[in-house]
Amino acid sequence: MLEIRNLHASVEGHEILKGVNLTVTAGELHSIMGPNGSGKSTLAQVLAGRDTYEVTQGEVLYEGRNLLEMDPDERARAGVFMAFQYPVEIPGVNTAYFLRAALNSIRKHRGLEELDAADFLDWVKDKMKLVDMDERLLNRSINEGFSGGEKKRGEILQMAVLEPKLAIMDETDSGLDIDALKIVAKGVNTLRSADRAIIVITHYQRILDYIVPDFVHVLVDGRIVRSGGKELALELEEKGYAGMEQKNAATEPVAS
Amino acid sequence: MPTATDATLETWASQEYKYGFVTDIETDSLPPGLDEDVIAVISAKKGEPEWMLQWRLKSYRHWLKMTEPTWQNVHYPPIDYQSIIYYSAPKQDKDRPQSLDEVDPKLLETYEKLGIPLHEQEALAGVAVDAVFDSVSVATTFKAKLAELGIIFCSFSEAVQEHPDLVKKYLGTVVPYSDNFFATLNSAVFTDGSFAYIPKGVRCPMELSTYFRINALSTGQFERTLIIADEGSYVSYLEGCTAPMRDENQLHAAVVELIALDDATIKYSTIQNWYPGDKDGKGGIFNFVTKRGKCQGRNSHISWTQVETGAAITWKYPGCILLGDNSVGEFYSIALTNNHQQADTGTKMIHIGKNTTSNVVSKGISAGFGQNTYRGMIKINKGADRARNFTQCDSLLIGDKCGAHTFPYIEVKNSTARMEHEATTSKIGEDQMFYLNQRGISTEDAVSMIVNGFCKEVFRELPMEFAVEAQRLLEVSLEGSVG
Repeated sequence: MLEIRNLHASVEGHEILKGVNLTVTAGELHSIMGPNGSGKSTLAQVLAGRDTYEVTQGEVLYEGRNLLEMDPDERARAGVFMAFQYPVEIPGVNTAYFLRAALNSIRKHRGLEELDAADFLDWVKDKMKLVDMDERLLNRSINEGFSGGEKKRGEILQMAVLEPKLAIMDETDSGLDIDALKIVAKGVNTLRSADRAIIVITHYQRILDYIVPDFVHVLVDGRIVRSGGKELALELEEKGYAGMEQKNAATEPVAS
Repeated sequence: MPTATDATLETWASQEYKYGFVTDIETDSLPPGLDEDVIAVISAKKGEPEWMLQWRLKSYRHWLKMTEPTWQNVHYPPIDYQSIIYYSAPKQDKDRPQSLDEVDPKLLETYEKLGIPLHEQEALAGVAVDAVFDSVSVATTFKAKLAELGIIFCSFSEAVQEHPDLVKKYLGTVVPYSDNFFATLNSAVFTDGSFAYIPKGVRCPMELSTYFRINALSTGQFERTLIIADEGSYVSYLEGCTAPMRDENQLHAAVVELIALDDATIKYSTIQNWYPGDKDGKGGIFNFVTKRGKCQGRNSHISWTQVETGAAITWKYPGCILLGDNSVGEFYSIALTNNHQQADTGTKMIHIGKNTTSNVVSKGISAGFGQNTYRGMIKINKGADRARNFTQCDSLLIGDKCGAHTFPYIEVKNSTARMEHEATTSKIGEDQMFYLNQRGISTEDAVSMIVNGFCKEVFRELPMEFAVEAQRLLEVSLEGSVG
């Protein structure tokens, strides 16, 4: 479903991603872990199409298409979803209205009938139970006055509503207390399916106690330095990122 | 570095004006120029009584001594007042059509094209329309139905003939003939407009509205509206305006006076869509307007709502004189300037009575090279015990070539007054755009979603039928901008 080859990206001339390679197949859940400033969020943003980052080298194929040539809204309609680390507030824009517009633009793209307000409400109410969200939030402005936990749960709700093929979760666990973390994890686990791939980007191993990944990748200084199964996360917890870096330097030749 | 978003926003901002057509109709026009003879001819054409002519001449003589104001934050080449045509009316067989059947079909067709059908059976249910074409009112709908309740709704010219006592009693009591350069010019040369009187205790069952259309070349439109809400009455009034696309600027200098007596409420809404000029700033209407309401009675209430999307230059400060104790004045405004449009708009709230309240919510949106100024005055007089004001003034910038400016003036002479002023300026955030894009929403839809969200508090104040219209207008006016 997703193939990232030798991806280099920079912001204001400063190179952040220095040759990322990653292949993700439908049905898989990958976790990308890394220390602060390693390029985790940059990778998420580049995949979602944020134009503050310049891709200087490499390619990204999504379902065989050149993802980097697509506009962010095109990518979203094609099934790419990113749960934001910092969901933005948009004053005056009703959450239900926004979500319906988003869903309908995606449904239209998929050749499905658009939902009217009543059908949409039925659709969304089911999904709200999944993340334990109060229906009243639908009538508020997007993320406005939401607590940190509500914002993150809102992102999972949106993911549940929009039914993406590829979901990228950018540090969704950061800043969550254990109860909220469990709710988010439950939501993500429910959304795992054979035709959907999920990339969980995180700084901490903690969320992986609740969301068990198929693969774990360690991103350090713009490169994936180790890949492995779920046990890699535990090893990481023990040795820290510094240990990973050393191992990488010792076992792999430095890319020119 | 221009981004993809910028490019989309720019194409989106260069949207065409769809009311720019010209109606080919024979007119009865005066030659350009202004002197006492021209004023006498206008007055004679309207068969006005002597007192009306004298009021005009008094205004004109005063105007000659005035100079055009320059303090406003807008720029335009000098206006040659002698090159303007001060009277232009569609030619008609009789002096005035007596019923809709006698109105020139071309005129009906024009309004039809503008989405304002004048045949009552086709008209928007619940809205009575006075249609003003260049210098005259061509039709007023639902007059008979309103008359059953004692409501007078007619053209200003007709009111001068049929209800001279009311006109004499109230004309110039809110905006005196000497008020300001453009209002004084209007007082001398005004040609038509709407008049409404709501009798004691009557709640007007339908929206009253005036649709202003400028058609003739080189013509200035100077209309005058006077609305009186007698004790305990209620009226909601709406005006809309459009004009053809022309390379030259045309002047529109209107005056609106509202009077609310004890316990009366007037809601006045404007959807202003004059031709804004082309994308390079050529042509467009100069919209220099004086609007003021007087809360004369106790517990009276006047509310202004405006959506200003058109005109090359907008210069207006709809305000309230809060004379009666416990009276309330409100001002809700959306002003959008795109391309090279300029707006200097806001309100004036003068608190005189005790326990008077004013609320001001202004939303300015600038795109392209647009310059948007909020200018508001809140004045609390000595005797206005426990006066309260709340002002919220927000500006939204789209792109990096436009400007937003805020000039609040606050004058308080009573220590029991409570004033609040909040102001924000924000750019349509890249973050907000990206967030919406990432959910599959196109850039165009994302901008209109954000702008509509920004304006929500004001849309809420508009009558239902027009809130939708206003939103659509905002979208169209913004097309091709983005940030």
